[in-house]
Amino acid sequence: MRRDIFQAIADPTRRAILGLLALQAMTPNAIAEHFDSTRQAVSKHIQILVECEVVKQQQTGREIYYHFNPNKMKEIDLWLDRFRKLWEGRFDQLDNLLENL
Amino acid sequence: MSTKTEITKDLANKKINVTREFAAPLEKVWKAWTDVSLLEQWWAPKPWKAVSKSYDFSEGGFWLYSMVGPNGETAWCRVNFKTIVPQQSFTSTALFCDENGVVNPDFPPMHWLVTFHPVGASTRVVAELTFDSEADLEKIVAMGFEEGFTMALGNLDEILEA
Repeated sequence: MRRDIFQAIADPTRRAILGLLALQAMTPNAIAEHFDSTRQAVSKHIQILVECEVVKQQQTGREIYYHFNPNKMKEIDLWLDRFRKLWEGRFDQLDNLLENL
Repeated sequence: MSTKTEITKDLANKKINVTREFAAPLEKVWKAWTDVSLLEQWWAPKPWKAVSKSYDFSEGGFWLYSMVGPNGETAWCRVNFKTIVPQQSFTSTALFCDENGVVNPDFPPMHWLVTFHPVGASTRVVAELTFDSEADLEKIVAMGFEEGFTMALGNLDEILEA
């Protein structure tokens, strides 16, 4: 199954994990401490975030650290930009029409 | 005069809001959104044209139109009108279809709630867009088109940036 940014943000726990990682890279244990769910459940969420490429893992010594990958989030912004331009173009035309109505 | 289009996203709830004020009284703005001879004049981003095959602005009615490009490219679209409160709001579902209005299930439906608010002599229009699922929203983004037809329009970005 294809993973993408929308699966990443579809779940409240995953959004909370992204919020933590946006501030600093963390180990899986440090992340799990922030949640009441089992470590296993948290690590499943982390795995999905990694598959969605919104989080990257990096080995530092014996520890694995998870990093937030802001580039992936930009996909949404790019689309919204296009969306905005389309509607601004339309609305400018509507302005002209209303002036002559 | 051009006022700013405000766009807010609530992607967790599969929702996007588009807000814009128009320097005209509500009756005129409502008419421009719901009278097809006026709607056709602004709906398509230039140099594309919106050409209606049929139009029935009533609850249960629909608008069947094609977006026609400068080289004759066409993309058929259908807007199903669900609820209408005259001079206040309407809800609709936008779909991709063929020239007979038969819906193409490969393209996710987009649901619109459009509300009209008088602000002094102007009118504020708030269009709330929702998708059935994250997968649908994701699909629309992945395909890089809005309302199903940006892909068909192809060079829309260049047109709009020009």
